[in-house]
Amino acid sequence: MRSLRAGRLTYLVLGLFTAGSLFPLVWTAIAASRNSTRLAQTPPPFWFGGNLGRNLQIAWTDANMGTALLNTVIVAGTVTAGTVLFSTLAGFAFAKLRFRGRRMLMSLVIGTMLIPPQLSVVPLYMLIARLSWTDRLQAVILPTLVGAFGVFFMRQYLVHALPIELVEAARTDGASSLRVMWHVVFPAARPAMAVLGMLTFVMAWNDFFWPIVALTQNGSPTVQVALTGLGRGYIPDQSVIMAGALLGTLPLLLVFIVFGRQIVGGIMQGAVKG
Amino acid sequence: MTDETAVLSPSAVGPHRPAAEGGGRGRPGQVWRSRRYRWDLRFSPYAFVAPFFLFFAAFGLFPLLYTGWAALHQVELTDPDSMTWVGLRNFTRLWDDEFFWNALRNTFTIGLLSTVPQLAIALGLAHLLNYKLRGSAFFRVALLTPYATSVAAATLVFVLLFGRDYGMVNWVLSTVGFGAVDWQNGTFASQLAVSTIVIWRWTGYNALIYLAAMQAVPGELYESAALDGASRWQQFRHVTVPSLRPTIFFTCVVSTIGATQLFGEPLLFNGGSGATGGSDHQFQTLGLYLYEQGWVNLHLGRASAIAWAMFLILLLIAGAARLLRGRKDSR
Repeated sequence: MRSLRAGRLTYLVLGLFTAGSLFPLVWTAIAASRNSTRLAQTPPPFWFGGNLGRNLQIAWTDANMGTALLNTVIVAGTVTAGTVLFSTLAGFAFAKLRFRGRRMLMSLVIGTMLIPPQLSVVPLYMLIARLSWTDRLQAVILPTLVGAFGVFFMRQYLVHALPIELVEAARTDGASSLRVMWHVVFPAARPAMAVLGMLTFVMAWNDFFWPIVALTQNGSPTVQVALTGLGRGYIPDQSVIMAGALLGTLPLLLVFIVFGRQIVGGIMQGAVKG
Repeated sequence: MTDETAVLSPSAVGPHRPAAEGGGRGRPGQVWRSRRYRWDLRFSPYAFVAPFFLFFAAFGLFPLLYTGWAALHQVELTDPDSMTWVGLRNFTRLWDDEFFWNALRNTFTIGLLSTVPQLAIALGLAHLLNYKLRGSAFFRVALLTPYATSVAAATLVFVLLFGRDYGMVNWVLSTVGFGAVDWQNGTFASQLAVSTIVIWRWTGYNALIYLAAMQAVPGELYESAALDGASRWQQFRHVTVPSLRPTIFFTCVVSTIGATQLFGEPLLFNGGSGATGGSDHQFQTLGLYLYEQGWVNLHLGRASAIAWAMFLILLLIAGAARLLRGRKDSR
């Protein structure tokens, strides 16, 4: 670890890039609090106006943001719960259990990471069309319910974090696999489950390509699909569009403000081990 | 994958209490319990990995193979169940399709314009974040916030910022004495603008990955370099960058894959005019072209052919990267 102290220039440069990172978000809020006439003037506004409530309300009703937010919470929540649960199960098996075909199956898991999502989008659409799932939330939930990254992440964590003696002790006491899972593995895996959960939630919330293909008609959009409708100009008012963007971003930003340090830690941890 | 970690097998666990306590071996309840216990040990690993593989088979593997099959047919979105065999026609048409080559070119240019600056800035930022820093947690979280912003929300904001007449970017440009740029209709300008959105969203994420790798570099390397009189820049150049080479390679691969699939930004940067990627297709990427063929023009077979073409291009890039890397390693 280096111990070089940062100079003033370091803070200046970091400050500039931080401002660049935050500015578009702040400006979303500024634009959402104005009206379209003011946005079509130079210089552009740099401070908040008084229209935020009105714009949020229009976006909420006209673009169906309320339903969309609820749908997104359901989708992201289910996908997160499924990914965390199934990844922990599989990660534990790959990290601590010996069974025939283990190596081959683990290579298969990693191999699936290399498949681009575009490659399966057409048949996936045909599949959900045949099941009459188009425009229904399960069309978005089920195909993303498991992920190779999660399995890999949990395996890497449990290899080090779960002492095999604990599992053996529980076994000697006659505990079934389900009891071992519940009383030994889940408690040991909890920190990694939390990080994986947050990363998955961010990803599921922001997922775009598949939802826009699967939820084409206006039945039950996710926030991202609803935002697309806004951007396509069904509601031409720019400040309302920005209010919609704000609504779609704010919940996740709150998650980020509360759990930001853990998410940062998770990404860095995943990076070193991956 | 090391074998030391997997010591727990049925035989390694040894006798377990219900049976080992013995005495009542003959009683049917005990026999049943002990048999159930053995089955549990033998089959539970498969039960644990089964959900992943079941979902993957249904929603990953089957579609993957079926895409190849669909690419050899004429399939329309309006009636996806009726398929007419056309052989390689979807592919030959793609070969003669100027919009396909245009999308391929655009994907390449935008990929280059977004990936190279993104990774270079990320490397620099990681270097700065690696100093002893007051408020380092704040900087890390703040630089990562764009990662939490969706493609849709980010692109809508940037459309406004890059507006031709009243956008903030052009206002700044004209204030400092440059002319206004038509960010949506200029070919290079629009590709630069789309790249900016990608750079904005992913630079902080990559910086954190580099930072993690930097913190794993042993401090002695820097100390001995400092003893040799290396300046900070020379240390960065000759200690940090070489130690990070695997990580840099990794981020290059990931960013390249991401760039090949670029979709949301060009779709929404278009304002109202659909999936064409600008009035003159000037920023239509392969991902967007696939969407246009499949879900705007309703030709699912052609969309499948584009998907396979994208996959082949990725394989080509991967092969080239492997060759390049192999040569470097053997030097």
